[in-house]
Amino acid sequence: MNFKKQFKEGLLTKNPVTVQLLGMCSTLAITTSLFNGIGMGLAVTVITICSNVLISALRKVIPSQVRIAAYITIIAGFVTMVDLFLQAYIPALAASLGVFIPLIVVNCMVLGRAEGFASKRGILESAVDGLCQGIGYTVALVVVCVIRELLGNGTFGGGLLGPGGAGIQIIPQPFPAMQIVMPVGGFLVLGFVLAGSDKLMKYLEKKSKKKEAAK
Amino acid sequence: MEAILGIIIAAILSQNFILVKFYGICPFMGVSKKIDTALGMGMAVTFVMAIASAACWLVYEFLLIPLDLVYMQTVAFILVIASIVQFVEMALKKYVPALYKALGVFLPLITTNCAVLGVVLVNVQEGYDFLLSVLNGVAGGIGFTIAIVMFASLRERVDKSDCPESFKGYPLTLIAAGLLALAFMGFSGLSIT
Repeated sequence: MNFKKQFKEGLLTKNPVTVQLLGMCSTLAITTSLFNGIGMGLAVTVITICSNVLISALRKVIPSQVRIAAYITIIAGFVTMVDLFLQAYIPALAASLGVFIPLIVVNCMVLGRAEGFASKRGILESAVDGLCQGIGYTVALVVVCVIRELLGNGTFGGGLLGPGGAGIQIIPQPFPAMQIVMPVGGFLVLGFVLAGSDKLMKYLEKKSKKKEAAK
Repeated sequence: MEAILGIIIAAILSQNFILVKFYGICPFMGVSKKIDTALGMGMAVTFVMAIASAACWLVYEFLLIPLDLVYMQTVAFILVIASIVQFVEMALKKYVPALYKALGVFLPLITTNCAVLGVVLVNVQEGYDFLLSVLNGVAGGIGFTIAIVMFASLRERVDKSDCPESFKGYPLTLIAAGLLALAFMGFSGLSIT
């Protein structure tokens, strides 16, 4: 088991959002404030870890013909738990994420990790994988959130920081482009984030190659 | 009558499932490289959404509410959808092989399409009756089909365009989708109340 490698894969080289393009619905829909991004990211991380552990533990029991249905049922169970938990303890988050919490059930990232990783590996390894992929997902969401919130609302940390949780105003009010927090902005900003992460990865690859050549 | 018209206009134009509400982005990105496949996917989704809306309304009204199991709705709905998709696939294969040939490859993908689960959850949230639920499913499916077919025809051009290396592929596709969403924003004021 290689924790460092798994972490790097989750965060960068196999990031669920920017490289694998999984879970795009929530990435586009809820990334309008920092609070939403962190909340959604953590919810998905917890669910991925739990479902990975349980599916890995049951991988020899579940017959392969019905495995997808079994995985979805397991995931739906955990999603329901998280949904009820959020409604009870963080109602503000539950209200602002709305229907996208139950929709985590069909978030391809969770099912993708179950099918592609947890169904073949040990419990501990699967838990680490869920954590790393979850962190990668959260980081990508937060990046998109910060850009959209800053350009669209002119604030940083909406829902968490500033007076009344409205965020810290960085760009004064008449200037932000409201369209960026609307659906249009979701597509545009994610497009630029994907291009940026592609550029970054190519740069890092080049650098590590140079290092090897120097050796 | 007003409610019916309102739902149709909202689901197809002003609250378009893909471009405004972001349900079903995965097939929107994955199955929109060619117009024919996009149309096939759109029709399969519309079909499943209509049946799923009807079945889930019945399950919700006659099973979940009497048994006081409303908090289990997510689990119940996803199971209903998964089994519907399976049944539709088998039924089409046996009775309408021509249609199965056209839609077959898309059907297994639909279980994990958030548009289907999304429409069912919205139906419950809004408290629609049986007729309105089915209508919302059909209209939502038509909105999905219109968006994915329009986008496929755009994409056939975008894929051949000359752009910076890092923007090739998905980044440019997303930006094109953004511009299409901008066009749909023009419908946002449209509503019948």
